[in-house]
Amino acid sequence: MALLEIKGLKAYYGQIEALHGFDMDLEEGEITAVLGANGAGKTTTLRAICGMVKASGTITVEGENVVGMSTEAIVARHKIAHVPEGRGTFVRVSTEENLRLGAFTRRDKEIEKDYERVYHYFPRLKERRNQQAGTLSGGEQQMLAVGRALMLRPKIMLLDEPSFGLAPIITEELFKILGKINKEEGVSMLVVEQNANLALEISKDAYLLETGNVAMTGPADKIMDDEQVRKSYLGY
Amino acid sequence: MASTDVAGNVPAFLNQNPKDRIIVLGVPLPLLERVGLYVLLAAVVVLPMVYDGYDIYEFGKILMYMLAVLGLNLLTGFNGQFSLGHSAFFAVGAYSTAIMMDQLGVPYWATIIPAAAVCFVAGFLFGLPALRLDGLFLALATFALAIATPQLLKYDGIAHLTGGVQGIVLDTPYPPAWIDGIVMSITGEELSIDRWKYMFTALVAVIMFAGAWNLVHSRTGRALIAIRDNPLSAKTMGINTSVFKSAAFGVSAMYTGVAGSLFAIMDEYLAPESFTFAEAIKFLVGGVVGGIASLFGAIFGGWFVLEIPNIADLAASSLENYINNPQGLTGLIYGLFLIFTVYVMPMGAAGLAQILVHKISTRR
Repeated sequence: MALLEIKGLKAYYGQIEALHGFDMDLEEGEITAVLGANGAGKTTTLRAICGMVKASGTITVEGENVVGMSTEAIVARHKIAHVPEGRGTFVRVSTEENLRLGAFTRRDKEIEKDYERVYHYFPRLKERRNQQAGTLSGGEQQMLAVGRALMLRPKIMLLDEPSFGLAPIITEELFKILGKINKEEGVSMLVVEQNANLALEISKDAYLLETGNVAMTGPADKIMDDEQVRKSYLGY
Repeated sequence: MASTDVAGNVPAFLNQNPKDRIIVLGVPLPLLERVGLYVLLAAVVVLPMVYDGYDIYEFGKILMYMLAVLGLNLLTGFNGQFSLGHSAFFAVGAYSTAIMMDQLGVPYWATIIPAAAVCFVAGFLFGLPALRLDGLFLALATFALAIATPQLLKYDGIAHLTGGVQGIVLDTPYPPAWIDGIVMSITGEELSIDRWKYMFTALVAVIMFAGAWNLVHSRTGRALIAIRDNPLSAKTMGINTSVFKSAAFGVSAMYTGVAGSLFAIMDEYLAPESFTFAEAIKFLVGGVVGGIASLFGAIFGGWFVLEIPNIADLAASSLENYINNPQGLTGLIYGLFLIFTVYVMPMGAAGLAQILVHKISTRR
């Protein structure tokens, strides 16, 4: 059984149905890409998984349905770290305080040690550790968002447009590090991206969303080779 | 990660961390802060040895307002929730103390803790429905609370408790005999009631200030600040935002409420007219001019809201020789003070202090 199993997922913003009942799996230890145009429902899918929008259907994590659970409970119980679109930085506290908040639900004594783990992936953050997080650059804030997610010691990381607003060279670096985190920490990842090329490169499987439904799914390399996908999403 | 691309655009002084590398006039900043704290504490202790009568009473009032402002700072500055209704919690604290003393014969010093508990519960309960309100709407809801309070206190149905429009006259809060004895044996004179009122107020204020300090530096404090900075992100960190926001309202009400208790004890009298909307605005003014997200700022805020109206009054009176009936200008002068203050210190006294420190600091 997959680590995360979605069946017949519908999600709503008020009266409007944004997701129309699709299935999606995330296998343990893997990276899965979720692609699609604006308004396809990528962000909503991630939000539904961590209980931030009204949803129906089932989302099974480690054998437990989390639909209807509160965000706090899902995060604490199933170690799902959400790296939101726009980074969600706590702007007026320091970089290290942000990291500390990532470990909010943890009660163990190794939180301090894990700063070093984050700094190992993002040495830049160490230089900035005492700086007010709102004054970090966009790239640094994105690193911080991923680093903060790591502080949960997550089983699953949900990444919403990590490339958003970043220079291409930084985006490439970031995806390399995401791949490294996936391998070294064994974190499964669901990556929502507009930058389909990069996302497909590090993913094993991929889903293509179109207006609230899954239009296509399969191994990432197959999707990348698909004529239609190349034309519509990869631009060559 | 590439480390050349992302520098720049950062105000220089925000880069000047870690703190212990900042030197101000030859003194490392953390040491300076600690010394500052001890100087303040010493001042609190020394004041009643120097002053007596109305002067020391005024200092007590400053500390009382400091607590009230601190309550608002915890809510607005640290948790990002607005309140224009803290006069209501001020009233709850004051009346809790007064009714306990008047109806149940509880000694004044024993009323503080139960009054604090009552205010916490009142604040927490108000905080629950307030969860659904944001920003300006919360401001309106709390405003409603503020304007309802004096009316409610005058209400006939509860007048046997509150004294209605007349209010309640309270017993003088005499010091316990053993404290009197100690002071007598050291100084050879009797402890004046004004000095004792100040000492009692200062004791409560220092304990509560220390409590606030610990709170904002605790796990709970981190949660409150995270909610202020980014409520959605806070949730995904696993923070139960509803519980923490309501609790913030409770703690905030508790601080302002205890200030109310001290107000009743110090003045030995209270009436509904002391708890109008204007009082809530006073707390807000104190919070903003001191620095809303600062604990020390509350001290300045407390001083400001108590003393600036007096100073404005004096300034107006001094125009007597030039203008007829200059007292009418008090409000104008107060307003000018206020405008001047927010221009000079747009981030409050605490923000100004921070900027000054960084101006005259060097790095190791």
